[in-house]
Amino acid sequence: MNDLTIPLTMQVNGTDHSIDVEPRRHLADVLREDLALTGTHLGCEHGVCGACTVLIDGEPARACLMLAVQAEGSEIVTIEGLADADGTMHPVQAAMHQAMSFQCAFCTPGFLMSTIALLRDNPSPTTEEIREELSGNLCRCTGYQSIVDGVETAVELMGSDR
Amino acid sequence: MKFPPFTYHRPRSIEEALDLLAEHGDDAKVLAGGQSLLPVMALRLGRPEHIVDIGSIVELATIDVDDDRLRVGAMVRHAEAEGSPRVAERAPLLRAALPHVGHRAIRSRGTVVGSIAHADAAAELPAVCLATNAEIELRSATQSRTINAADFFDGHFTTVAHSDELVTSVRFGTPGTHHAVIEQSRRHGDYAMVGVACQLTIADAIVTSAALAFFGVSSTAVRVAEAEAALIGTDAGPEAIASMRAAVTDVLEPDGDIHATAAYRRHVAGVVAARSIHAALHNEEAAA
Ligand SMILES: Cc1cc2nc3c(=O)[nH]c(=O)nc-3n(C[C@H](O)[C@H](O)[C@H](O)COP(=O)(O)OP(=O)(O)OC[C@H]3O[C@@H](n4cnc5c(N)ncnc54)[C@H](O)[C@@H]3O)c2cc1C
Ligand code: FES
Ligand code: FES
Repeated sequence: MNDLTIPLTMQVNGTDHSIDVEPRRHLADVLREDLALTGTHLGCEHGVCGACTVLIDGEPARACLMLAVQAEGSEIVTIEGLADADGTMHPVQAAMHQAMSFQCAFCTPGFLMSTIALLRDNPSPTTEEIREELSGNLCRCTGYQSIVDGVETAVELMGSDR
Repeated sequence: MKFPPFTYHRPRSIEEALDLLAEHGDDAKVLAGGQSLLPVMALRLGRPEHIVDIGSIVELATIDVDDDRLRVGAMVRHAEAEGSPRVAERAPLLRAALPHVGHRAIRSRGTVVGSIAHADAAAELPAVCLATNAEIELRSATQSRTINAADFFDGHFTTVAHSDELVTSVRFGTPGTHHAVIEQSRRHGDYAMVGVACQLTIADAIVTSAALAFFGVSSTAVRVAEAEAALIGTDAGPEAIASMRAAVTDVLEPDGDIHATAAYRRHVAGVVAARSIHAALHNEEAAA
């Protein structure tokens, strides 16, 4: 009975998907392998690094610490869902690009998803709040300063939009 | 790391979940938020044959007030409790502890009750249960029982709950007038090396009750009665804090590990205890 797949219906970046998955598979693998959304990265696969962060019904979550079948009925946004159809970057993407908030960029999708949730709930966070909220995302390259700069740039860009 | 294979169950009601637990017993694990169980499985520290996912049981996702006590159901996630005005009002110590649990992306999935059932010796919420005299409500297919927090935790990762029992909810005790949770960890969001949950009741500038529950210092969270006694009847001034702190370092016998030596832990236990009193006294928001 272990090998049985079970049906899963979820919405990813606005598109409905109905697929069959093995219950043991985590959401990140299903996004990457079954839906070819390889922007969600896997670093540690046990919840520590934050590279796999996606939005589940608007809230940031580790896609490696969720069985795909737990996403039944959920709306999911991944890094691929941020830019407009014409390729115009989301303001947080544009800001991080401008501030050069990455080196190898392996961690970047996770930081972007965490930052989007942060700025939605708190549009003008202090530097301390930014560091606190992003403490669950690890970066092996930048030393974090350029990432904090990127978030602060995003605050400015998004503030001037309003 | 991929999870080992298992048979997945998604009960829609408490009764259905209890029947599954009765049938599969030791071979089954309850899956709530998965923020501890799934890493355990990824690291092959556990290999349950059956997973009983309680995430679709709507009746478990409620916060209510019962007999003047805040009751948190098994599917209430940390983030939801953190944002709940009822929790802030009725269980301010729980509210103070929640931001210390992991990171935001962990708290949006993890549950309050899951943290308590998991019983990690370094976790914040079991200490909150001890400090507030919480009651743990358990159900199996054949019986219901309520256990005081003081009798619930049995050791690191172990409780007196049986394998066929579901923790349906936890009722937190009456708040004090002042609260704080203070911890020392290696990195922000990590499990604490040492921490304390502190609840005081102060009337006419005199401490009438005190609860100090430490985590990360023993195989379960522990209250230190001698330290609490050193505060009761005092103004919680510098002298009282000094004797409280001496009691803490006297009584606690933490183990050393890769993160901190025993002597360091004992010292820091005294430090966080003193800080928690200052924080509780100065946190006006925490006053009931
Ligand atoms: C990176 C990271 C950092 C973390 N940092 C902290 C931290 O600083 N402090 C902290 O306290 N925790 C921390 N955690 C753990 C997190 O808080 C977990 O969410 C929590 O411990 C368990 O809640 P859960 O709902 O996710 O439970 P699950 O993972 O679903 O379950 C955990 C265990 O409890 C059992 N269980 C769960 N619910 C019930 C129930 N209702 N009845 C009976 N048994 C049940 C399960 O069978 C399992 O054995 C961290 C986790 C990660 C990944
Ligand atoms: S891959 Fe999910 S947290 Fe590291
Ligand atoms: S840019 Fe390389 S890990 Fe962050």
